[in-house]
Amino acid sequence: MLQGISLACVRGDRELFKDINFSLEAGGLMQVRGPNGSGKTSLLRMLCGLSNPAAGEILWSGTSIRSLNGDYFAAMTYIGHLSGTKDDLTVIENLRISSALAGSEINDAQASEALGYMGLGGREALPVKVLSQGQRRRVALARLLVSKTALWILDEPLVALDVMAVKLIQELLEQHLKQDGMVVMTTHQEIDLTAASTTQLHLA
Amino acid sequence: MFMWIIKRDLLLAMRRQSDVLTTLFFFIIVVSLFPLSVGPEMSMLRTMAPGVVWVAALLASMLSLGRMFSNDYLDGTLEQMLLSPQSLSLLVLGKALAHWLVTGVPLVLMAPVLGIQYDLPAEALFVLTTALLLGTPVLSLIGAIGAALTLGLRGGGVLVSLLVLPLYIPVLIFGAGAVEANMAGVGFDAHLSLIGAFLLVSLVFAPWAAASSLRVSLE
Repeated sequence: MLQGISLACVRGDRELFKDINFSLEAGGLMQVRGPNGSGKTSLLRMLCGLSNPAAGEILWSGTSIRSLNGDYFAAMTYIGHLSGTKDDLTVIENLRISSALAGSEINDAQASEALGYMGLGGREALPVKVLSQGQRRRVALARLLVSKTALWILDEPLVALDVMAVKLIQELLEQHLKQDGMVVMTTHQEIDLTAASTTQLHLA
Repeated sequence: MFMWIIKRDLLLAMRRQSDVLTTLFFFIIVVSLFPLSVGPEMSMLRTMAPGVVWVAALLASMLSLGRMFSNDYLDGTLEQMLLSPQSLSLLVLGKALAHWLVTGVPLVLMAPVLGIQYDLPAEALFVLTTALLLGTPVLSLIGAIGAALTLGLRGGGVLVSLLVLPLYIPVLIFGAGAVEANMAGVGFDAHLSLIGAFLLVSLVFAPWAAASSLRVSLE
């Protein structure tokens, strides 16, 4: 279970948000909404432990994520604005290396299967630098297929994706939620997701 | 896991050989400039050799420090490394080791050949190479701290030199000192032991310090 208790974020001398409270149960979806510059990405970076909240605390199963550190990272996958792929490595190398660094090693067959599902079959041996934006996004999102983590934190996962890919991601997220996974995401695109519980968090 | 990061960085270096070769050729050219400019006076060249080779090695290793984390920072892979369940210090150690394999080892292998230009006797060449072999990993490890601290800053390249070069001084003194001691006919074991001690200390503390700096730089 992921809990946020009166979180606040300050950038420079501007307060982006304060007193944000939420609690996300297994199988729950939280959609973070708000206009540009309202602090959505800042909130997600706090939730995944990259930055510290100016005030408040983030709890994972009742324990502060600060003190959990590695144990929390083993239960969480974050996909941000930056794709986290290396241009000079091939598609399959990227997936295998990023999975290994995230703590779950996969073999070539598993990686090919995930890439095939993401519509990148036959492109495994291409360096990522020759791919389009949408295809790079698919490579980054392929990590979700091979991850065994419970909590997914996704910052604008649908950017640059075509209609087919959005549908794939929708199915993937719903399946994850059905298996008692948790999803925290921001998106400006309309997406219908059925979840056991859906929380909408609005940042002013 | 530790092997994965080394494998990854070596693979990237292989795909971008120009980065590796520029560092090596910089080292070769700087070391070769001195005999050309000073003139062919053997006794003077012999005295200068250890210092010149070591200073060139420091500068060459400095040249590639900027790339240690900045590419990973720009494409988001560094962010993912910070979120890895494995210890970040271990990851940094892996990256520093890969940096040494790519930039340090070629310098060590090249040094005996370059030493011939300075008319160094065979034994002095051996001492020079051994001292470089022990000293260059220290350069990569200490350099990792500087690279992590200046990550994402404008003009980080100059700043990293100002931060890191003073910390390189002890290695420089004892590295060059070992060769000078050998040529003067005195034992050089003490110098090498001290460089070995620097190596052990930096193996323990540098990854930890660089990991903490990375966390601060990415916040």
